[in-house]
Amino acid sequence: MHDASMSLKQKQPRRYVFTGKLDAFFADVYAFGQFIARFFKSLFLPPYEFKEIVRQCYSIGVKSLPLITLTGFITGIVFTKQSRPSLSDFGATSWLPSLVTIAIVRALAPLVTGLISAGKVGSNIGAELGSMKVTEQIDAMEVSATNPFKFLVVTRVLATSFMVPLLMLYMALLAMMGAFVNVHSNEQTSFVSFIENGFHTISFLDIYSSFIKSILFGFTIGIVGCYQGYNTTQGTEGVGRAANSSVVMAMFLIFIEEIIVVQIINWFRMP
Amino acid sequence: MEKKNKHIDKTKKVISIRELYKSFGMNHVLRGIDLDIYQGENVVVLGRSGTGKSVLIKIIAGLLKPDRGSVNVLGNDVATISYSELEQLRLRIGFSFQSSALYDSMTVRENLEFPLLRNSKHLTTEQVTKAVENALEAVGLSHTIDQWPAELSGGQRKRIGIARTLIMQPAIMLYDEPTAGLDPITSMEINDLINEVQERFNTSSIIITHDLTCAKATGDRLAVLLDGRFVREGTFEEVFASEDERLKSFYDYNFIT
Repeated sequence: MHDASMSLKQKQPRRYVFTGKLDAFFADVYAFGQFIARFFKSLFLPPYEFKEIVRQCYSIGVKSLPLITLTGFITGIVFTKQSRPSLSDFGATSWLPSLVTIAIVRALAPLVTGLISAGKVGSNIGAELGSMKVTEQIDAMEVSATNPFKFLVVTRVLATSFMVPLLMLYMALLAMMGAFVNVHSNEQTSFVSFIENGFHTISFLDIYSSFIKSILFGFTIGIVGCYQGYNTTQGTEGVGRAANSSVVMAMFLIFIEEIIVVQIINWFRMP
Repeated sequence: MEKKNKHIDKTKKVISIRELYKSFGMNHVLRGIDLDIYQGENVVVLGRSGTGKSVLIKIIAGLLKPDRGSVNVLGNDVATISYSELEQLRLRIGFSFQSSALYDSMTVRENLEFPLLRNSKHLTTEQVTKAVENALEAVGLSHTIDQWPAELSGGQRKRIGIARTLIMQPAIMLYDEPTAGLDPITSMEINDLINEVQERFNTSSIIITHDLTCAKATGDRLAVLLDGRFVREGTFEEVFASEDERLKSFYDYNFIT
């Protein structure tokens, strides 16, 4: 009788609120929201994994330095080189340091650092946690009386939130150096003059907003990578998908956040 | 290694499961399971793949929540206790995973130190090192202490996985397919190790397997799980004396093919 009622139940067609895909999308958004809420809940509860946070900061921050150095320097040179002809047409090449500084501090440094970190760090977190999940390492951690969410997720999200802003500052510095190399080779401008010209046009709000934006980008990269990795299913194929989704979803969210933060900052900037 | 006559304390239940149900969506995996495990006893849960054997021990370890029923482990109902109580209980349960589940980013030494450093903070460095060496010695792999999991064979990984659980001196061992994917000789070594662990540390164990050689070598009692229910319990001989065609074919497949 029991089995008969169950088999009848199994034959009933599944009902959707919208469509199968749309329902799955909203379910995923809800699960992601719950994951973020769980992060903030776990953040303030002991034990605090300071040692692991430092280890992750090293892994995420220090190991990203070569890539950030290269891309930062090249971004500075290329942006200056590309902007020169337009300003030259108006005889305004003396504005180049100001233009480059505004572009780097307000937009390029946070955005490029965010996107590079999403590619390097986000995919790494997604793949690492994904592979831990499918090989039962996360379960093993749980049965050895260690809260894997605190040990794996909270530490990584904090580390990306701390390190991406620092990497952004470092990248801004490197990009400025690249820009200076280009300006100096064409106009023989001194470094002091270049910096004075550049920083004359930006305010504390520009640096502050970029820093806040980078914290947000860092948080996004960490939480998305952890969410994708922590919820990996279907074996090694799932690990690849988790790494890929970590990058795509983080980049998409970074652009959305960029638009929103720029709007908010512009309200503050208005006289 | 032959199983020795050992003392099973039939008055002391370490695990008691009553009317356990678990479903995943419309897939009803466990349909009203009852099982008692006594102090010092090795119980083998036999069954085909996908019958819910691993789900059963994951519920016992608190990794999955049951839909219905009670699971009493060392006097605690795992379905109702708080997370901190569950963490304390887990320190007394050793779980050997099918995939060994060694942490890839840590050496063998670090894998073994991990549960100890996190849960026994009063120990000195010397005591931790000694405990790691003893656990490795118990599984006969002292020489692998500074190796990475990727450098080990399947059998060695299983042994290290068991050593990592032994380091916390558990009262209960849960083995999930301990001989899966191993050659017959290595499987025999793992079976011997399971018996050795039981004798040396006086643990009670649940061994999940579909390997009848492992079941015969390690089990004091067998429970056969089919269609979400235990269909037969007893010693190896008692279980396979059954006229049930499903059990007969299970036996024939293991020992004839």
